[in-house]
Amino acid sequence: MANDYSYCCTKASDPLVLAKIAAIAAPYRGREDMLIEVLREAQPIAGNAVPEEVAAVVSEAMDIPRPKIYGVATFYAMFSKEERGEHIIRMCHSAPCHVRGAKVLLDAFEKELGIPCGHTTLDGRFTLETCECLGVCDRAPAVMIDDEVYGPLTPADVKGVLAKYR
Amino acid sequence: MEEYKFLTYNVGKLNPVSATEYATVGGYAGLKIALANPSAVIQTIKDSGLRGRGGAGFPTGMKWTFVRNTEADQKYIVCNADEGEPGTNKDRILMAEVPNLLFEGMAIAGVAVGATKGYIYLRAEYPYVKEILLKALDDARIRHFLGKNVMGSDFDFDIEIRSGAGAYVCGEETALLESIEGKRGEPRYKPPFPGVQGLWGKPTVINNVETLCNIPMILCMGADFFKALGTPQTTGTKLFTLCGNIKNPGVYEFQTGITMRELFEDVGGGCPNGKKLKAIQCGGASGPIVGTDKLDTKMSIEDCNAAGANFGAGDLMFIDEDQGIVDLCENLMEFFEEESCGKCTPCREGNFRLLELVRKFKDGTGTETDLDTIEDLASTMMDASLCGLGQASPIPLVSAIKYFRNEFLEGGNY
Amino acid sequence: MAKVTIDGIVVEVENGTTVLKAAEKAGVKIPRLCYHPDQDVKGNCRICVVEIEGQRLLQPACAYPVSDGMVVHTNTARARKARYNILELILAHHPADCLHCIRNHNCELQQIVEDMSFTREIRYPYHERGTGLDYSSPSITRDPAKCIVCDRCSWACTHFQSCNVLTKTNRGFETYLTTEYDRPMAETACTTCGQCIQACPVAALTIHDDTTDAWKAINDKNLTVVAQVAPAVRVNIAEALGEDPGTISTGRLVTAMKMMGIDYVFDTDFTADLTIMEEGTEFLHRLTNGGCLPLITSCSPGWVKFCETWYPDQLAHLSTAKSPQGMFGAVIKEYFAKKIGKRPQEVFSLSVMPCTAKKYEAKRPELGRDGYQDVDCVVTVQELAQMIRSANIDFSKLPDTMFDAPFGLGSGAGVIFGASGGVMEAALRTVHEIVTGKVLEDIDFKQVRGLRDTREATITIGDLDVKVCITSGLANARMIMDLVRAGKADYQFIEIMACPGGCIGGGGNPYRDWTKVEKRNAATYIIDAEQCPIRQSHKNPAIQEFYKDLGVKPGEEIAHKLFHTNYADRGNLPK
Repeated sequence: MANDYSYCCTKASDPLVLAKIAAIAAPYRGREDMLIEVLREAQPIAGNAVPEEVAAVVSEAMDIPRPKIYGVATFYAMFSKEERGEHIIRMCHSAPCHVRGAKVLLDAFEKELGIPCGHTTLDGRFTLETCECLGVCDRAPAVMIDDEVYGPLTPADVKGVLAKYR
Repeated sequence: MEEYKFLTYNVGKLNPVSATEYATVGGYAGLKIALANPSAVIQTIKDSGLRGRGGAGFPTGMKWTFVRNTEADQKYIVCNADEGEPGTNKDRILMAEVPNLLFEGMAIAGVAVGATKGYIYLRAEYPYVKEILLKALDDARIRHFLGKNVMGSDFDFDIEIRSGAGAYVCGEETALLESIEGKRGEPRYKPPFPGVQGLWGKPTVINNVETLCNIPMILCMGADFFKALGTPQTTGTKLFTLCGNIKNPGVYEFQTGITMRELFEDVGGGCPNGKKLKAIQCGGASGPIVGTDKLDTKMSIEDCNAAGANFGAGDLMFIDEDQGIVDLCENLMEFFEEESCGKCTPCREGNFRLLELVRKFKDGTGTETDLDTIEDLASTMMDASLCGLGQASPIPLVSAIKYFRNEFLEGGNY
Repeated sequence: MAKVTIDGIVVEVENGTTVLKAAEKAGVKIPRLCYHPDQDVKGNCRICVVEIEGQRLLQPACAYPVSDGMVVHTNTARARKARYNILELILAHHPADCLHCIRNHNCELQQIVEDMSFTREIRYPYHERGTGLDYSSPSITRDPAKCIVCDRCSWACTHFQSCNVLTKTNRGFETYLTTEYDRPMAETACTTCGQCIQACPVAALTIHDDTTDAWKAINDKNLTVVAQVAPAVRVNIAEALGEDPGTISTGRLVTAMKMMGIDYVFDTDFTADLTIMEEGTEFLHRLTNGGCLPLITSCSPGWVKFCETWYPDQLAHLSTAKSPQGMFGAVIKEYFAKKIGKRPQEVFSLSVMPCTAKKYEAKRPELGRDGYQDVDCVVTVQELAQMIRSANIDFSKLPDTMFDAPFGLGSGAGVIFGASGGVMEAALRTVHEIVTGKVLEDIDFKQVRGLRDTREATITIGDLDVKVCITSGLANARMIMDLVRAGKADYQFIEIMACPGGCIGGGGNPYRDWTKVEKRNAATYIIDAEQCPIRQSHKNPAIQEFYKDLGVKPGEEIAHKLFHTNYADRGNLPK
């Protein structure tokens, strides 16, 4: 995911962060099947990403080859190679939300945040992404910010929704 | 119109995480019946006529038979809680409101086939559901409905939750298994089938949440009771999800056989803002887009197939007159292009190429020849893709061209 | 057994046989890309889809098992349509630069295009796949744009070699095979064995091309080009030029190289014998002086790099003897150059090998000094074939020429270095006679021969029972080294080769499957048994002369300096 508006964030090169990740991974040494669970737990403390440094630590702790971790991290939509913002805003792109005005809602988010979709605000607070069906089609058009669902939303609601996180 | 609340009877009435409350209203009675006579369970399920509720409609009893008949030192029950199909929310409701119904269904499956371990593969997009499930599992274990010596029997059964990480293709049963195994969610070729060689090569039952939730009630009320509900070849009830341009979007339970029109008008309340209905997409993102002439189709697998619609997981997306079909097709192809796992050539390359072609029509530069290319490519994808994603992704586009060919050829922001 | 009808032909096959294999028996060759006979079935390219009566959809022949009474149609309009459309999709995402591509006329994708007479227009615009060329490795060149995502390369690296260097990345249209985080190959734990190259059906992974450097040197009047040719080359080069696998062409090979303008053509078999002298002496020394056992061979540079990367704590087990290539480099630069009155820099040391890892080995700082390397350039069998063709040589018509003296004579023991088990047998043929002082009646140690898997044997040498182990392929090596590390490897001497089957299965050879390797293997032992008057390294008069001229015994002084080396701890390479 391109990040032209990237801010300088070095969470993944912070030894304390990496130590925490090693501790998350350590109990699962040799447990290849727990890779996704470990990455999901590790990602939020590493700048919402799974960069090389994180893969190296997880590889060492779990005894899984790094290329294997890279293959998994680049397959699933929730993992990112590059660091992202503190809060991930995921706009549903799927058809039930699309027919209920998801496009204009996305435009409104882009305008309010001042970034195109797929990017992170300069202050590192928000990353705006699209995702596929969130399973809340009765609240279309819907958005998830971290683990919270918001919907149905209109462009007028955007500022109010973001205020909680600002 | 009154819902027929069979599975959803206790939705909103119980504390979801309390196994005791669930037991008080008759919960885990089905498991007790199963434990008393394990070898009779599969026949009961077969007699009920229950078919998978995740979209494929495979007879559940038959699926369990394969697993029971395969010798192995370990077998698994896997619940497909990936619910990635756009327009489907029913599993979310069941898991968040009556999780014990699911646990009981899985435990009964374990009794029936000889499995002691269950996994719920829960999509990453339902973190709030995970919290509920974890608490509910803890409580069920404390009350000995799960764990060692379930309900005082010789039978052990426990359930673990495994997370997805954002991949629609992991709703495909073998891709789901790969994901639990910690790998990229790429489907496996079949045969061998998961019933014989599944999770870590062991015989595995994989069922949808709703399918498993039907099991306890079937055991309690009997196969005949269940068989009498709904239509002859799609017995029982269905949780229908209504979405899109509809006044009352949501999940509603009815016996199968209810018509699309009844769901649209009586339950859904028609299109909002007085708009006219233009089309319906049946059975998820890979279902056909049909015209309003199909509204009187009964919602059962057999009736939908006969009408050229698709029952799928029982979801209907309504499309009003303001929605351009080409624009909708672009959105659907963007979905498939994003979600294709990339393993097999027809799907990996084909979804991208179909999207490219649809965009030509959106730009107004699409031609009749392009329509021919779409149909040609679509037929190959449907014939030769490794899994259901590639096999079905061209369906909405092909059906849309059939019903709304003029919109494609007239171009523009349709 | 199952009776299956394929395109009207009835065949009987074992239950569970795939439609693809059953079809071959019926004389039907179904096209395939992701299928490789030596690997697990993948079922992803879908080129092999066929119509099976009773099945709603087309099924992949490579994966679908037959059942009694099955009726298969491989060539119906429906199957053909799918096959052509799938091929079209692959071609639309693959560069159309065949005329410039190293695999022109030697490419599995081209072969299918030709077999299917695919000449129609491609209806989709071309897109480039992946992130671009990787020339970082001295042995392996990566071009993700040509990848067809068949997954054969990562399978080979993971299952044959247990190195796991390659992985699929992204999903959908953007998927391709690469290293972790697209790291340059040279910075990964890649051992440069080239098994990925052997697995790739197209030119996404190819041998690093050193022919330009070789030609430049050959055409440089100021350089004397001295070439060494590995044992395995003589059973591979004719195959690379279109003849049957396992064709022995030693004499023609030397003729061709002379015609190309190479000044001296020597036989690496000579230094294979030398290696036996040095390593045999080393073995006996360790055996009688409580040295580090088991002793493990070190002539396979892919294996050496593997050991340095994953088992740096076990490096003491490796023989300090250089590989035959390494020894020959020193011989050429430090001994032969003087003999012909040249400085080392005026002599271009060229090596012809079945091995891509030799390119990496040649650049090792330990194998050079004073600003030059002992081996200046390594070309593999595939590259030599290219050079021979481009030199207008019709290989089939050439007369035989002998290798040049004084390093043209190798024993049968030297020749069998090319096969798994060969180094061990060569060592035993010498060690046995040296220890017992008696002439061996039967010098064939058949118990150590064999292509696949790990073998072990106990050889009685005088009073000693020497336990040996032979294996090839790095996945097997890993199993052995885990035992060594745990102190549970009950052997005195272990032969490890990086490539399955040994050098005849090396990354630089013509593309192959096991049947071809078996033929090359058989040819190797035929040369040994029928074409070598001398079959034991210590009896090679050229070897005896050489040590006499050096004035030392194996392992002593100048012999130690020239023919022994040390290793590096590469445990920090990302794995």
